[in-house]
Amino acid sequence: MKEHFLAEYRAFVGNGGGSARAPAWLKPLRARAIARFAEVGFPTTHQEAWRFTSVQSIAETPFSLIPPDTPLPTLDDLAPLLVGGRATPRAVFVNGRFAPDLSSAQGLPDGVRLGGLAAALAAEPALVEAHLGKYARFDAHGFTALATAFLADGAFVSVPAKTIIEAPLQLLFVATAVAGHPMWHPRNLIVLGREARATVVETYAGLGDAASLTNTVTELVLGDGARGEHYRVQRESPNAYHVATTYSHQGRDSALESCAVVLGAGLSRHDLTAVLGGTGGYLILNGLQVLGGRQHVDHHTCIDHAQPHCESHEVFNGIFDAEARGVFNGRIIVRPGAQRTDSKQTNNNLLLSRDARADSQPQLEIYADDVKCTHGSTVGPLDPTALYYLRSRGLGAEAARALLTYGFGTEILARVGVPDVRTQLDRIVRERLHMDSWQQAT
Amino acid sequence: MGSPLLEITDLHATAEGKEILRGVTLRVHAGEVHAIMGPNGSGKSTLAQVLAGHPAYTVTQGTVRYDGNDLLAMKPEERARAGAFLAFQYPVAIRGITNAYFLRSAVNAIRQHQGLEELDPLDFAQILETKLKAIGWDDSYLSRPVNEGFSGGEKKRNEILQLAVLEPRLAILDETDSGLDIDALKTVAEAVNKLRAPDRAFVVVTHYQRLLNYIVPDFVHVLADGRIVKSGGKALALELEEKGYDWLRPEAAIA
Ligand SMILES: Nc1ncnc2c1ncn2[C@@H]1O[C@H](COP(=O)(O)OP(=O)(O)OP(=O)(O)O)[C@@H](O)[C@H]1O
Ligand SMILES: [Mg+2]
Repeated sequence: MKEHFLAEYRAFVGNGGGSARAPAWLKPLRARAIARFAEVGFPTTHQEAWRFTSVQSIAETPFSLIPPDTPLPTLDDLAPLLVGGRATPRAVFVNGRFAPDLSSAQGLPDGVRLGGLAAALAAEPALVEAHLGKYARFDAHGFTALATAFLADGAFVSVPAKTIIEAPLQLLFVATAVAGHPMWHPRNLIVLGREARATVVETYAGLGDAASLTNTVTELVLGDGARGEHYRVQRESPNAYHVATTYSHQGRDSALESCAVVLGAGLSRHDLTAVLGGTGGYLILNGLQVLGGRQHVDHHTCIDHAQPHCESHEVFNGIFDAEARGVFNGRIIVRPGAQRTDSKQTNNNLLLSRDARADSQPQLEIYADDVKCTHGSTVGPLDPTALYYLRSRGLGAEAARALLTYGFGTEILARVGVPDVRTQLDRIVRERLHMDSWQQAT
Repeated sequence: MGSPLLEITDLHATAEGKEILRGVTLRVHAGEVHAIMGPNGSGKSTLAQVLAGHPAYTVTQGTVRYDGNDLLAMKPEERARAGAFLAFQYPVAIRGITNAYFLRSAVNAIRQHQGLEELDPLDFAQILETKLKAIGWDDSYLSRPVNEGFSGGEKKRNEILQLAVLEPRLAILDETDSGLDIDALKTVAEAVNKLRAPDRAFVVVTHYQRLLNYIVPDFVHVLADGRIVKSGGKALALELEEKGYDWLRPEAAIA
């Protein structure tokens, strides 16, 4: 089936590669990327990093790019997916394509960019080229190679130095109910300049039950002293496939707080690499997964302490019901010379059914001696003593189970700094867990 | 004197096949405070947990009636809703759930059962504030997850806060005084004394006579090897402080 994707690529470049105004350097980059894909193909479970996650179903499905004339949803359709209502600044992508009419960059300070990458590449190439593709490696595996080969559009966010934006900037990627096997490869670049501050919410959602493949790469760059919050919500249809790479690079004394929430897709894989590339950097890398049915999620995280005096905290909680399955691989690298590194990693997995499963693997690579690194992971059912304790206070068995399960989620969500984002995530998680009406959030 | 609020008759209980309670008989009337003392491992917590419905224990013999009903036939939550409350010797941490949220969930679960309207977060916050003021504590740990990372003393205080909010008819306090500093001990005693009422009863498990200076019991019982081997008035606690338990052990009595 590799041949199918190669044919798709030839058709794609034959059609002008998505945009007639693409810069000159893009062509050879795509060519190298597709050559790489032709060479390595899709990952297999023989590869250590894919041991627990078979992508055979992706490799065997004839996914194809779809024509640009699919009907757009209305803003009303999108409203439930947006944080903080319609007035909020946003870039909306429908089936992988930027939808200017559904997007809004109104009210943002001078110099801030929030929109499509293709348009930005055409209008202000220098601004984009300074960062695009400089961080995430296109040849990490077959999917990143493919994403780079099909690189055409995605989100572009740029916040100039010392600019502070209060309202969360939203990147919304929706899949509509298109037939067949559509695929898209959004390529996103988020740049916060020196001492800039902003919150970005990246949401992937399905408005129908499309059996789509999202294969996306996000690069997030924080300049010296910048403070960013990055929330990522994946709530695609259970029929969908979702493969993602998020790569962040932080400058000196910058702070990044992030949280990746996964509720959707039948099969999803997310590789997160966070590089602390300047001294005094601070990173929160959190995640929450709530899955049921036969859903499968795989997170491979890598925190790279490349410089001394940086601090990282990582907590990933997974809640797995029915036959759902979670994979977590958390790698922490402390480079030679990265003294005074303080790094803490925790992965908790709650199995709500006998057939649910979770695999958790820490991987510490420490090449400096004056460091503090801890990690811990748990996999198991609800704590019977805790259940009993709650029941002894009057909660019924069902309510007690729901409350304990919810606690696994709120432990992560409580750390989300932006109230609107936290409230929305809380609502989604409660819906997902069928919490009783009386258990409203405080 | 009417019928007892709690009537334990010849109670035997096992855990993992081992008999721990070996014939406990105890009557507690509304309005009374009973203290239970006894050596480590004698079965005090087991008795308390059997009354609360801990699934690890199996009752093999005997009966427990609470307010005229068969307590042992009730689920833990039914016991709580009927007004029975156990302050745990080892309170359990509930990750991610704040104290305020937990307390409101508990109160609403009970109210729902009584056919009362549920309290919304604002109404409940007011009630909580009143309770906290009454026991003289601030609201600093309402927003922290239940017992998570709490110090030993904080956990015990938290049990008392739950007691104050849930206002049970039968409160069993399992070593709530252990690990408390002297000020907290007085506060706990005050909280209990404030709740003392003709329609409420307390069973206080403790190792220390000191607590009983503040919560003055009507009766003191000694539990040893799974049986109540001696009962008396509050003077018994002083005697125990002086003499220890050895003279009361069944084998010592036989010898
Ligand atoms: N769940 C259990 N499984 C197995 N053994 C148990 C269990 N609970 C209690 N035991 C045993 O039963 C005996 C009584 O324990 P219990 O906790 O009731 O004592 P206690 O009187 O409360 O002691 P302490 O004063 O130390 O709190 C002990 O030997 C204990 O190890
Ligand atoms: Mg005990």
